[in-house]
Amino acid sequence: MGDAGLLNLVLFLPVAGIAAIIVLPPRRDDLVRGLSLAVMIAGFVLTALLYVRYDASLDGLQFETRLPWIAAWGVYYQIGLDGYNVLLVLLTAFLGPLVVAGAFTAIQKDVKLFYAMVFALQFAMLGTFVAQDLFVFYLFWETMLVPLFLIIGIWGGERRIYATLKFVLYTAFGSILMLAAVIYLVYSLNTTTGITSFAFADLYRAELPLSVQTVLLAAFALSFAIKVPIVPLHTWLPDAHVEAPTAGSVILAGVLLKMGTYGFMKLAFPLFPDATRLFAPVFGTLAVVSIIYGACLALVQTDIKKIIAYSSISHLGYVMLGLVSLDLIGIQGAMMQMVSHGLVAGGLFLMVGMIYERCHTRELAAYGGLAKLLPVYSVFFALLTLASIGLPTTSGFTGEFLVLLGAFRAAWPQYVDGAVYPMVLSASAVLGVVLGALYMLWFAQRFLFGAAKAPHLPLADITLREKSILAAIIAAVFWLGLFPDEPMRKTELAARQYQQLVAEERTGVSVSAHRSEPSSPPGSSPLPVTLPVSSRTK
Amino acid sequence: MSHLLALIVVLPLAGFLLNGLAGNRLGKAFVSTVGCGLPILAFAVAVKCLVDLQAAGGAPRIEVAYTWAAIGDSLFEIAFYFDALTAVMVLIVTGVGSLIHIYSIGYMKADSSYARYYAYLNLFLFFMLLLVLGRSMLVLFVGWEGVGLASYLLIGFWFEDPDKARAGKKAFITNRIGDAGFLLGMFLVYQALGTLDMDRINAAFMGTSPPAVSASLLGILLFIGASGKSAQIPLYVWLPDAMAGPTPVSALIHAATMVTGGVYLVARLSGVYMHAPEASAVIAAVGVFTALFAATIAVAQNDIKKVLAYSTISQLGFMFVALGVGAYGVAIFHVYTHAFFKACLFLGAGSVIHALGGEQDIRKMGGLARRIPVTFATFAVATAAIAGIPPLAGFFSKDEILWYAFASSHGGSPLLFAVAATTALLTAFYMFRLLWLTFFGRSRMTPEVEHHVHESPLSMTGVLVVLAVLSAIGGFLSIPHYLAPMLPLPEVAHELEYFETPLVVMSVVVAFAGLAAAAFVYGDAGARAEALRRRFPGLYRVLCGKYFVDEAYDALIARPLYWISDRVFLRIGDRQLFDGTLHGLAALGRRTAGGLSRVQNGSLHLYALFVLLGIIASLAWGWRHG
Repeated sequence: MGDAGLLNLVLFLPVAGIAAIIVLPPRRDDLVRGLSLAVMIAGFVLTALLYVRYDASLDGLQFETRLPWIAAWGVYYQIGLDGYNVLLVLLTAFLGPLVVAGAFTAIQKDVKLFYAMVFALQFAMLGTFVAQDLFVFYLFWETMLVPLFLIIGIWGGERRIYATLKFVLYTAFGSILMLAAVIYLVYSLNTTTGITSFAFADLYRAELPLSVQTVLLAAFALSFAIKVPIVPLHTWLPDAHVEAPTAGSVILAGVLLKMGTYGFMKLAFPLFPDATRLFAPVFGTLAVVSIIYGACLALVQTDIKKIIAYSSISHLGYVMLGLVSLDLIGIQGAMMQMVSHGLVAGGLFLMVGMIYERCHTRELAAYGGLAKLLPVYSVFFALLTLASIGLPTTSGFTGEFLVLLGAFRAAWPQYVDGAVYPMVLSASAVLGVVLGALYMLWFAQRFLFGAAKAPHLPLADITLREKSILAAIIAAVFWLGLFPDEPMRKTELAARQYQQLVAEERTGVSVSAHRSEPSSPPGSSPLPVTLPVSSRTK
Repeated sequence: MSHLLALIVVLPLAGFLLNGLAGNRLGKAFVSTVGCGLPILAFAVAVKCLVDLQAAGGAPRIEVAYTWAAIGDSLFEIAFYFDALTAVMVLIVTGVGSLIHIYSIGYMKADSSYARYYAYLNLFLFFMLLLVLGRSMLVLFVGWEGVGLASYLLIGFWFEDPDKARAGKKAFITNRIGDAGFLLGMFLVYQALGTLDMDRINAAFMGTSPPAVSASLLGILLFIGASGKSAQIPLYVWLPDAMAGPTPVSALIHAATMVTGGVYLVARLSGVYMHAPEASAVIAAVGVFTALFAATIAVAQNDIKKVLAYSTISQLGFMFVALGVGAYGVAIFHVYTHAFFKACLFLGAGSVIHALGGEQDIRKMGGLARRIPVTFATFAVATAAIAGIPPLAGFFSKDEILWYAFASSHGGSPLLFAVAATTALLTAFYMFRLLWLTFFGRSRMTPEVEHHVHESPLSMTGVLVVLAVLSAIGGFLSIPHYLAPMLPLPEVAHELEYFETPLVVMSVVVAFAGLAAAAFVYGDAGARAEALRRRFPGLYRVLCGKYFVDEAYDALIARPLYWISDRVFLRIGDRQLFDGTLHGLAALGRRTAGGLSRVQNGSLHLYALFVLLGIIASLAWGWRHG
């Protein structure tokens, strides 16, 4: 039971942080900053403890809490760690202190409110990841929107109102569709099995006809695809990034975008497996389009934040490709790529923030030769550039390599010659590897090399605080690049479960009747969460 | 289990970390000691490994360092593999590498970024050793991309000059294009065989039941990677620009070691290529064409380093000819001799540039033979070696390449031989042209430059002498014979064996003919060269302009890419189509809301009507579905 307490502590620590900030005396901004950092660090330490104690050999939930909440609707407050979320929770907790420390000098207005919003966002993000009940998930999912809306709207740049509205409208549109789909899904689970439940584990068993699956998948997918974002639903992202303060951009790129891919992996694809398999080529194509389209657009940007924003679209395309490959290597690669992108894009946005604080412009043309002006800054920037390019030994390589390899050997049995198209997709996505080097090196060349220039001279190189932030990120980048086996062990069972859930046919009664014939022994079921035979044939 | 192989790799890595993190604070003596000492140590360990290998009767040594990833039943290990082929490569890399590290002490001593230079150089060695020691293609690929990074950093070493930074970027991106082919090759072989270990891949193809994958497709994909790293057509364009880096870097990375990575890759996977006649034919054709093409450009270049760069591309072409006709050991033999004479030539060029205070244009040199005698003597030996004058090292390896190009039963042909022999003639010609314009004739230096000319310090000339000696006698060590147990030479039809002696004579004649032609054309104070230039102005312009390939690539690839990204994707796609649709929807939404808000006009009658309609509708629905 103490185990479950630890996860709850991690989840609610940000709420405690908000409370503590509110009680602090006014006009003591330093105190607010120090306290926020302390709470975030404590959160990370506890999460690291969770991570270390997470047993990779066990299937199912760990550190689980399950309490009845709204009994009439079958809603439980159910949270827990599993292979799907364990790395993402760690990533969220890891970026927390860095975001807080990164904003020490940048945010001077309404400091209390700002950190309260950062904590609120942290709470909502952690909640979304650990939720194991769709109702709870949806609540956290929607809650995320509010603090981010305020962070961009209050501390953002000049066109922040346009950017926030665009962002909120896009995501709210997706959310409404998802809500409708959630209601219908729970309703049909009830009509087919008699169970009223929002628990993921129960919903995975809903047996829906293909047509219904398709409609529901479309609703879920639209909502998640906006978050990822997948081209052509991406145009909110560059605007939101450009107008957001550094902290907002870091959280957005570091964690929020992964909500979309996590949603696909945890919900959309395994809930509607037959439709997913049918539409895998569509998702795969969109993923590759995102990879290449995002990279091409990154190539022609003049605003440094936009370059990284478009690179995010490209990098998350790999995650989608890995997920729809339904190949174990590809799925694990997608998982690595999610974490890697969080670190690398988060780090790059932090670095853009650092230079912006010194020079107050994001125009690439205003800079040059920073390697001469800011040698330490430039070393860190170059390292993150290499990770973004996916150079071996960095986390970017681990993700991209495994995704591409997985996609290459993927076989979509739904289709005749189902192994050919993924190969084509993978081969096209390899083009993204070349384009990635093109835009990032082009960026680095104009930013770091050439004759020294900057709008604000002399420039002070990065401080100890900034160095520590970046050193932490770089260490994580190389950890995932050099020793990815340890983290992947913790995600392997989830990757397998995901693979099996999506691979298993579930087009309603006729199929499941076939399955439950006594000739197949119950132990041979591919699914660890399969129901007993009796309830299936109901 | 001992970890000697890992030690070879880790030593230069330690040098990189030490010099990179603390070098600036600890002074140049410390930097040089660490920077040169650790590679020398790595060389010593490699020698020890070679001795062990011989003692073990040539059985390969395999060391597993750790598991990089284990996913399902897929296992990706970081493991090292040491056999005769690895031994040759590791000794070249650490041996020539150490010499060039030592040479750099004198060459770079005035540079303010001395520690950074040594850190990068050590980093390069680390990745290069990973490349040649890796057992699996994955480890090889880590080294492969890593040497590309080190090359990028060193080409752009003087990054304040935007041209140099751009040259570095060009090298990296061109290599990346090749790497895309490499990656696909890796995926293909993994999909078919479930392993990336190269000894296993070879074994699978050499086994009785051939794997269910086209060896030629695999061979072509990997050759795309090799053509990037080893500067073959169409991906050679980065190498001439790579000369922007410090000259010892050109010697080490862009002549002796890294650019031979592609040759090593093909030789290492000889099991695949032996069963891939189509891929082998492509390799031989691309190789010989690249060799000829680059040699013609080299004839018309005036920058001492550019001549050597095109010469390197041409010599790499020779190596691929050998690979293409199945003479893998011979290709490695040429890698080995080329490492000596080309390193000697580049370092000699460095010594010339050093003596002339940075001048690289051979039109502004001349008559240096007596002013810098050691540089001249060593340069002359290396020139004779590359030209194929017996009994110097280049003669042996080139002669064997020409022989197998003619006689190999694995794709040799008179045509291949004829083109290769023509190239050999051109090689002798442009190399003696370079020697002549630099060291003989009247001085064309400006008085200030002439006044400062001085021989380089012992740390530089000493290295030149060592390399010149190796260029002279290195050919007597028959690498193909040593490698034959694992890389058997291709069979030669009986009736062709009569041609062996005439061909040797012919290749000697070719070398001397090139020498004589250069002496004739450039002798008379260059008057005949000038006459030739006026006679064929068009040809001269094309050669000077390097066939305008860079310009063509720019017009056909780079510009369209930017145009589509900017005009189509950004302006039409993002701004008009996607955002335009969104803004249209928003406007529609506002209008609809405006329309709907008129309904909310405060009239109770109207509200009651809506309520009534709602009730009727729900009742109707309930009745139908009830």
